[in-house]
Amino acid sequence: MSQELSVSVWRSETNAFQEFAVPAQDNQTILDVVSWIQANSDPTLSYRFACRVGMCGSCAMMVNGEPRWTCRTHVKKVLKSNSLQIAPLRNLPVVKDLATDMEPFFDKWVEAKGVFQGTKTRHDAIEPILPDTAERVAASTAIECINCAVCYAACDSVSGNADYLGPAALNRAWSLVNDVRDGAYEERIEAVSGTGGCHNCHSQGGCAKYCPNDLNPSASIAGLKRKTTRNWFGWGRS
Amino acid sequence: MIRPHRNHPLWLAFMLHRVSGVALALFLPIHFYVLALALTDPAALNDFFALTENIWVKITEFGLVFLLAAHMLGGLRLMAMEWLPWSDRQKTFAATAVAGAFAISCSFFLSAVSL
Amino acid sequence: MLTTRLYMLQRLTALIMAPLVLGHLAVMIYAVQGGLDAAEILGRTQGSVLWMLFYGAFVAAVATHAAIGVRVVAFETFGLSKSVLTPLTWLIFILLLSLGLRAVYAVTLSGVLG
Repeated sequence: MSQELSVSVWRSETNAFQEFAVPAQDNQTILDVVSWIQANSDPTLSYRFACRVGMCGSCAMMVNGEPRWTCRTHVKKVLKSNSLQIAPLRNLPVVKDLATDMEPFFDKWVEAKGVFQGTKTRHDAIEPILPDTAERVAASTAIECINCAVCYAACDSVSGNADYLGPAALNRAWSLVNDVRDGAYEERIEAVSGTGGCHNCHSQGGCAKYCPNDLNPSASIAGLKRKTTRNWFGWGRS
Repeated sequence: MIRPHRNHPLWLAFMLHRVSGVALALFLPIHFYVLALALTDPAALNDFFALTENIWVKITEFGLVFLLAAHMLGGLRLMAMEWLPWSDRQKTFAATAVAGAFAISCSFFLSAVSL
Repeated sequence: MLTTRLYMLQRLTALIMAPLVLGHLAVMIYAVQGGLDAAEILGRTQGSVLWMLFYGAFVAAVATHAAIGVRVVAFETFGLSKSVLTPLTWLIFILLLSLGLRAVYAVTLSGVLG
């Protein structure tokens, strides 16, 4: 590896990429590179991060045209002929430079009925959920989402349809549809059946390819299509 | 067109399904018009069939048969993915669909060029 | 721009067409041998209720399937509004259905009735 990386960073003020030279290190993440630029080259560069360890889901950006969590993406893994191109996430409005407005993403989470609807009170006994039941196994595949919006940025169905709820929100709906304690099954099936619902997914699988936690929203959405189809025929839940 | 985030097999399967679908939708009115010549102008229908002896027309037909077979097999993959229990082998299935479509369209082409 | 109803129509017409397409492909591979011949094709189809039902069902399914498919592509590519999409979907459906049924009539019934 040479001494310096050539890094193009998207700047919203000029609507263009700006070139920076950043010292190369043996171990260096994309977030390290962006932070170095902000600390040493241009303090006006805006970007978002919090935990730096892949927990919080706030630092995702487009790196060489692909959506990635920048805190856990090593430069070595994505460097192309010693250069990097860093841009804000696709499919979301840009606040400034590399920071996107995540509001539409979270609004859709709510629209897809991503909130658990309990049916018991604190006075009821805790309901035992056996780990090997079909519903629990299905829900388990979908629960480690950190809301980083990498899948949302990878998805062309989102780019083509502003109403489309997107992989993360539908994946969340899938985990709740399989939660036997939840009391809003019908409402959730309704919520994922509209003009922005699961039927607008074209199974491109970009979500599954790029999910940093190896989730498969594409499989979750296929599951929702199965459930909504059963519901349409009046066949019941499973 | 193939931007970095699209450079993977299932996106290409999606694009093949979309392109073949639109192409077939555009082809259908012509197809129906030509067949209806049997009603309005049978001689013109035979003149049209004479055109299909041209090798380039045969190659175009091969392309159309490939698109039809690819759209059908790719569509069956999607319905199996959506309605049958989930399988992680989607890339294999998509590749199999394309291979199947190629086999079908090659059989057609060999039939078309043999005397 | 698909609701459950359009999605189900799209999938059900696809399911209906899967065996019809296979049949159509087989007939094509068979009929193309030795070159296409109008008399040969019409000799097989004229007056056949079976071929009329086969291609009649095919045309009805494909008109529905293609109209919904083009609707989705038109929406995602050109961002057309719903007030344009709905008439467009119906227009494509009616166009393909009428042209298709006319073609089915031409190759199966016209020789018998006309």
